[in-house]
Amino acid sequence: MDGLPKEPIIRVRGLVNRFATETVHDGLDLDVFGGEVLGIVGGSGSGKSVLLNTIVGLNRPVKGDVEVFGTDVLAASETEQREIEKRWGVLFQDGALFSSLTVAQNIEVPLKEFYDMPQRLMDEIAALKLGLAGLPEDAGSKFPAQLSGGMRKRAGLARALALDPEIVFLDEPTAGLDPIAAGEFDDLIRDLKSSLGLTVFMVTHDLDSLFAICDRVAVLVDKKIRVGTLDQMLRDDHPWIRAYFHGPRGRAAQQAERPPSEEAGTPIAASTSR
Amino acid sequence: MGSAAATLKTTEDADTLVLTAAGEWLVASAADLDRRLRSLELPQRRQVTIDLAGIDRIDSAGAWLLLRTEQDLSARGNHVELRHLAPTFAPLFDQVRAGGALAPVSHPRPDHHSLVGFIARIGQITLGLFSRAVSLLGFFGLVALTAARLLRHPGRLRLTAMVSQMEQTGVNALAIVGMLSFLIGIVIAYQGADQLRRFGAEIYTVDLLAVGILRELGVLMTAIIIAGRSGSAFTAEIGTMRVNQEIDALQTLGLDPVEVLVMPRLLGLLLTLPMLTVYANLMGLLGGCLMAWAVLGITIPEFISELQYAVAPRTFWIGVFKAPFFAGIIAMIGCYEGFQVSRSAESVGRLTTLSVVESIFLVIVTDAIFSVVLSALRI
Repeated sequence: MDGLPKEPIIRVRGLVNRFATETVHDGLDLDVFGGEVLGIVGGSGSGKSVLLNTIVGLNRPVKGDVEVFGTDVLAASETEQREIEKRWGVLFQDGALFSSLTVAQNIEVPLKEFYDMPQRLMDEIAALKLGLAGLPEDAGSKFPAQLSGGMRKRAGLARALALDPEIVFLDEPTAGLDPIAAGEFDDLIRDLKSSLGLTVFMVTHDLDSLFAICDRVAVLVDKKIRVGTLDQMLRDDHPWIRAYFHGPRGRAAQQAERPPSEEAGTPIAASTSR
Repeated sequence: MGSAAATLKTTEDADTLVLTAAGEWLVASAADLDRRLRSLELPQRRQVTIDLAGIDRIDSAGAWLLLRTEQDLSARGNHVELRHLAPTFAPLFDQVRAGGALAPVSHPRPDHHSLVGFIARIGQITLGLFSRAVSLLGFFGLVALTAARLLRHPGRLRLTAMVSQMEQTGVNALAIVGMLSFLIGIVIAYQGADQLRRFGAEIYTVDLLAVGILRELGVLMTAIIIAGRSGSAFTAEIGTMRVNQEIDALQTLGLDPVEVLVMPRLLGLLLTLPMLTVYANLMGLLGGCLMAWAVLGITIPEFISELQYAVAPRTFWIGVFKAPFFAGIIAMIGCYEGFQVSRSAESVGRLTTLSVVESIFLVIVTDAIFSVVLSALRI
């Protein structure tokens, strides 16, 4: 993004993740810069969610360094860890809302944990976050089981935003949503990013989301990562990346988002019939 | 992390009241700012300016506090103006203004805190109990019909599944059932010997032990262990299958869930529990026998001859006779609660607990009914 210092707020170096004999990441490097939306894509089992879990501290890598806001999260003390946790929010795949609490109470959990606030202010902030996440007023008093999948994701996002974080991690935010809801969710992320100045780290399978909101794309291939703008990725000649972006679905998504595209290299015909 | 703390100043400028906000209006200082904003004396029908020139950083919580104050002032008929808002913060203010129109969330209070709510709750629980009983009875009927169908077409009984269930509920439970029965035998023999020694009637310890274990405790302990061990497993297994839509899949494939899932478990347990009971009886007597020998010096031959004198075969058969009834209760409740699971993982845990509590409760109630009936019949 222009005007922003090019100092990465997430820095991953030489990351190695191995489960039993399966190596998922082998010397992976990644920088995430402030204010950008980075989309992480890759085939099933390529370690997208493992990468996310490693950065937020849910998974300890075999080797490598992970720095968030300049602090080494693998060596951070408990206080440092808490300071970092205040500055990020995580939206898990199905929202991961606490099922015994109402949506509003879910949003208030981090507020209660980190700050000493009067209940009334917490209720106001919870309502504000519900509004920001595009939920109706009465959603706050409902339990997660009473919400639809799309609303649960919005509620999960509201909780992730509770502490006004600088980074939000989204794990497949549009998976399982119908195309209309997925499109609305993309718009929501884009609005929130520009108004709240968020940095977004988004694992996704959704090509439309990639084209609609991502500034840069990181592709997990061959146990490493390739990062670049969409245009760079479209020109990349790695077979998997070509298959991903130039397959029928990739071309359809490109066409939808940027009709007169010339960068794609391949002529775009009416090719979505397959 | 914040360097410039958030500040708020109130000044009078000619006929205008000026609120000057400066510094870092972040969620970390929201509680403090909230208190100061709430303690402000809000004027009425005046010209008010909120000056934001000094704001270094602001997040949605800070923006909300300022916009709330603006709303409160407007509501009192003041003419409010937000001044010097940095253009970088403008989108945030727009977003919060759009999203912040909501009233603070309200938390529904559990209504059983009031007297009426309390009575209503009792009513609800009672009605719930009745409807559960009816639905459980319906399940019994369904299982009975399926059993009748199996009787006409015995080839449809899933023998492999049944034997596998018998291994899980029977063979795999041998260690725990044997161990606990052995210990119960020891406890009864020891406590009995302690009391009976005062009358010089130590030898009757054997009678107490034999009647206690064979008629009541052997089968009851086994049933309670199996309810905790296998009844819960039935609910959890079937419940998980419901969460994964496996039950639906069975139905669409033309398989009857009751026939596939319930019958092997029910028939398996009906056969297993009596066998486990006999085994538990043996282990209990063994424990008592060892204790009698160690504490009272009753030798093993003495123990056996006293045993033969003390108990009629009937005592043993009454105990074993109860086992299939208990097995039926445990298997039925376990499977029924499994089918009650909705599509949430959380209900699996809740219903598993419920299934264990209910089956132990019903086992003990049934045992009490047996006691009353048998004593009325003078058996």
